[in-house]
Amino acid sequence: MGILIDKNTRVICQGMTGHAGSFHAERMLEYGTKLVAGVTPGKGGTTQLGIPVFDSVREAAIDFRANASVIYVPAPFAADAIMEASEAGLELIVCITEGIPTLDMIKVKKYLFQRKTRLIGPNCPGIITPDACKIGIMPGYIHKSGHVGVVSRSGTLTYEVVWQLTQRGLGQSTCIGIGGDPIVGTDFVDILRLFQEDKETEVIVLIGEIGGSAEEEAAEVLGQEITKPVISFIAGSTAPHGKRMGHAGAIISGNKGTAISKVEALRNAGVTIVDSPAHIGETVAEMMLL
Amino acid sequence: MKLYEFQSKNILKTYGIYVPRGKAISSGNDASKVFQEIGCNRCVLKAQVLAGGRGKGGGIQFVNTHEEAQACAAGMLGSYLATHQTGQTGIKVNYLLIEEALSIQRELYLAITIDRSLRTPILIVSSEGGVEIEEVAKKTPDKIVKEPVDVFLGILSFQLRHIASRLDISGTLSIKFNNLITNLFHIFVKNDCSLLEINPLVVTADEELCALDAKIDIDDNALYRHPEFQEFIQNQDLSPPEALAKKYKLSYISLDGNIGCLVNGAGLAMATMDIIKFHGGEPANFLDVGGDASLEQVTQAFKIILSDPKVKAILINIFGGIMKCDIIASGIIQAVKEVGIHIPLVVRLEGTNVDRAKKILHDSGLPILSAKDMKEAASLVVKVSR
Repeated sequence: MGILIDKNTRVICQGMTGHAGSFHAERMLEYGTKLVAGVTPGKGGTTQLGIPVFDSVREAAIDFRANASVIYVPAPFAADAIMEASEAGLELIVCITEGIPTLDMIKVKKYLFQRKTRLIGPNCPGIITPDACKIGIMPGYIHKSGHVGVVSRSGTLTYEVVWQLTQRGLGQSTCIGIGGDPIVGTDFVDILRLFQEDKETEVIVLIGEIGGSAEEEAAEVLGQEITKPVISFIAGSTAPHGKRMGHAGAIISGNKGTAISKVEALRNAGVTIVDSPAHIGETVAEMMLL
Repeated sequence: MKLYEFQSKNILKTYGIYVPRGKAISSGNDASKVFQEIGCNRCVLKAQVLAGGRGKGGGIQFVNTHEEAQACAAGMLGSYLATHQTGQTGIKVNYLLIEEALSIQRELYLAITIDRSLRTPILIVSSEGGVEIEEVAKKTPDKIVKEPVDVFLGILSFQLRHIASRLDISGTLSIKFNNLITNLFHIFVKNDCSLLEINPLVVTADEELCALDAKIDIDDNALYRHPEFQEFIQNQDLSPPEALAKKYKLSYISLDGNIGCLVNGAGLAMATMDIIKFHGGEPANFLDVGGDASLEQVTQAFKIILSDPKVKAILINIFGGIMKCDIIASGIIQAVKEVGIHIPLVVRLEGTNVDRAKKILHDSGLPILSAKDMKEAASLVVKVSR
């Protein structure tokens, strides 16, 4: 089963005729994702990889009963692309694009408020339910179907963790990169709740990193609502403090944002913390044998 | 992108915000002339560095004559200013801002930034301005007023009334204050700021609001739509490798250790530093080549690492998703051919096109130490760096 996507998810690809879009659309098709249409304004009526391309999401979504979109549109146009997909009624939008201005994303979040769309990303690797559906840029072969739910703010570090799991024969229910930007569509909290409800998921791996307070917010929910075992690694514990300017950031975040703060919050919520990024796979293995 | 005080104040001035009369100089010889142009009895010389705590570090000096201004400027320009935010060596002072010294009635703190949890711009004001503002926030949080601002609607009248009453501002001053806040929010949005901080915002002896200091940070992701900031990008104080990294859009931070790292993705790059330390080594840098690096970017990244004389060994850790491993492999070979390499190189590759990449590296005949996973790569590179 897994969360949010399965083998019936029908995906359109915005920005499919571009360099990254076409490369990864092909990988998604190879993986077996039901990629049903592409959208590139001005290229309507053509085909790419044997798939019809439309000028707008609305046309593509109606004709092909799509319910999800993956966005590879360049940053200056990505916010508009997200809102277009939401307006067309798509339930899930996965935005891969990196470099979207923060104020654009704040507007997007306001726009999506009280709509039925769930946005994942931007600046994320996407979401995969192994052997069922892959929406994003992660290499498919490193995944294996199973019972570990993986959620992360990082891209490549997620692959690293998944690969460690797969090599030990530990499959995944669903793996999600929620994105590394200050403003993202879906937070740890949302995904943790979904994993808690998901029958396939037995153990959850949460990969965090320094900055922001998403991990501390997750810790609050973890203590109260999540009964499944959670294992976590926080990247950046040895990173030097960046040169900062002004006081506003510190006033807003207080002491949150450091690796110490995140590790403490998660540990207090009953999470198993892994110190070395190379030990995540074996720690999950030990936990699942118990 | 962080702007210098004088650049930030120039922006504020264009929007009609009152800042002290003054001018930035880069040569000590101009100080006397600028002092006379300003035409007041007392001026302040402010070192322009992108760090806080300047006053305590000696970066802010008052002068009373044009001769004094000249002498003081000559001493400050070109010197290294160390504050608690710069590290021991400090930052070289390339610009000075010379300004009129104002008589001040009251100091306030004012900032607009992004609140990541609330996902909105937020206005922060306090009746206590100055350098101790973070202490104020910790010890007496009720003295700090925070108002989230709707990005579409802007700051609302009731919020302005609330702030004015909390700061005990009334009458004509409150009208000026409201206009200032509304204007600042407009500047924040219009210029894609991630921070706009005025500390202190002062009430002058004649009841005017003046930005005595200003810090602006522009969202790097939005620079594409601000060609007017191009000139600011050129005079950022960057070391040669940092400048090169910026030119090729690589995320690079120089550190104190001796193991050079080249990694794709910020999370994996941080985790790579963590695991080097876990195995007893010290990273020489953070370098993230990004999700979709080109052959040229990889080559330049490699050259940047090699240009650091501290580096005794290099670890390349790539997990390809968007990034194709064969591109990395070709980049490594190209860079090695161009600049040569005399230190051990440990490579760990996984992901898209990994087999092709391994073949490229193998066929090159270069003395590369291959590692099968992160643990092996880290312990190997720590060993050969000694």
